[in-house]
Amino acid sequence: MLHGLSFDVAAGSVTGLLGPSGCGKTTLMRAIVGVQVIEAGRVEVLGAAAGSPPLRARVGYVTQAPSVYSDLSVRENLRYFARVLGAPEERIGAAIETVALEGQADQVVSSLSGGQSARVSLATALLGEPDLLVLDEPTVGLDPVLRRDLWGAFRDLASAGTTLLISSHVMEEAEHCDELLLMRDGELLATESPAALRARTGREQLDQAFLVLIEQSEAAA
Amino acid sequence: MSVRVTWATALRVLTQLRRDPRTIVLLLGVPPFLLALLKGAYHQQPETFQHIGGPLVGLFPFSTMFVVTSITMLRERTTGTLERLMSLPLAKLDLLFGYGIAFAVVAVVQAGLTSAFAFGVLGLDTAGSTAAVVALAVGNALLGMSLGLFVSAFARTEFQAVQFMPAFVFPQLLLCGLFVARDQMIGVLQIVSDTMPLTYAFEALQSVTTEGSLGSRGALDVSVIVGATLLLLALGALTLRRRTP
Repeated sequence: MLHGLSFDVAAGSVTGLLGPSGCGKTTLMRAIVGVQVIEAGRVEVLGAAAGSPPLRARVGYVTQAPSVYSDLSVRENLRYFARVLGAPEERIGAAIETVALEGQADQVVSSLSGGQSARVSLATALLGEPDLLVLDEPTVGLDPVLRRDLWGAFRDLASAGTTLLISSHVMEEAEHCDELLLMRDGELLATESPAALRARTGREQLDQAFLVLIEQSEAAA
Repeated sequence: MSVRVTWATALRVLTQLRRDPRTIVLLLGVPPFLLALLKGAYHQQPETFQHIGGPLVGLFPFSTMFVVTSITMLRERTTGTLERLMSLPLAKLDLLFGYGIAFAVVAVVQAGLTSAFAFGVLGLDTAGSTAAVVALAVGNALLGMSLGLFVSAFARTEFQAVQFMPAFVFPQLLLCGLFVARDQMIGVLQIVSDTMPLTYAFEALQSVTTEGSLGSRGALDVSVIVGATLLLLALGALTLRRRTP
């Protein structure tokens, strides 16, 4: 259940969607991608109804649980999704490189570790050239080096014009974002940049700043 | 719809199957094995073996593709790949036809091998051509696929999906005329079997194997097989939801 959410995401920016588990991050993302049944209200993305046919090529989505074929190899998975998207073959190698799976490219996904499978799932979303890329907890459980590399890759995508909406329940990830959407219990507590959040709350640590916001909203209620 | 996406889906499904050699061996080996058992069981009544065996060659792909499709679709639903596909520029028909092409290929191989064994090794006779039996077998495979696709939407677990086999396939096999001629069943069962697509599939196969042609009811039989397949595919497409709660 989401309440009165309204926000803008600048084109070519990285926006972090942060909040504790169960606060509605995934529901919000599913609504934006257009796979969530909407009981009431309207969701518009890039000037069209969320999930409408013209948007399906323009909006990429990676679920939190890896959604790839576990009985196919990494490359076979990517080849299939590239064909569905109509993306050129060269993209497959580039996507594998971005998620650092060159060594496992011909391995069957079921033989990979959880984190590696998640990266295959992420790689499929990098095949097309979506205007908007919605990533649900893409860096959870990954080692710090890979996390840093992936955030670098996200930044490159944004510089190339893709708008990214990335969820996380780890506040330190907020550092990498231009803009933050802070959620709690289906409501948006704040939409601002990390710097503005620090300035407003007077806290250097972003998780401390988030706590201040929660206290403020509880005091107001 | 897009030829590129349909074709990619067919190739993907066949690649998945190729990755599973044990399933391939079972798909191709079990029908000839069962026919060999049947021959031994009926060795005192060779005419009964002729009566049942010929049509069975064309009915195996129905039950095989039913199970394979319902499990595969259930997996697509539970692993999130269906949701991902539904968020991509992929028409539902691309997915359904892709599966159809892949399973038709498997059915051709399965029915071809089974009929070669049945008519070549086991001494079964068919009045009509082997090609006609294989063609009907492919039609039945697609019928089984569309039924499996539709009912898979009602299974939450693989246990349930497997139980749909006795629930949806066995009654049709029992009543289609394979074991007992339909005019010898109690009246109500004759009416029930009139509503089951496998009845018409069996009738067509029986005509081809005993009379050599589809016979006077051939047009009806083939229309029911094709019509039921299309209807079930359409119903199956309705169960592929782009939006879920």
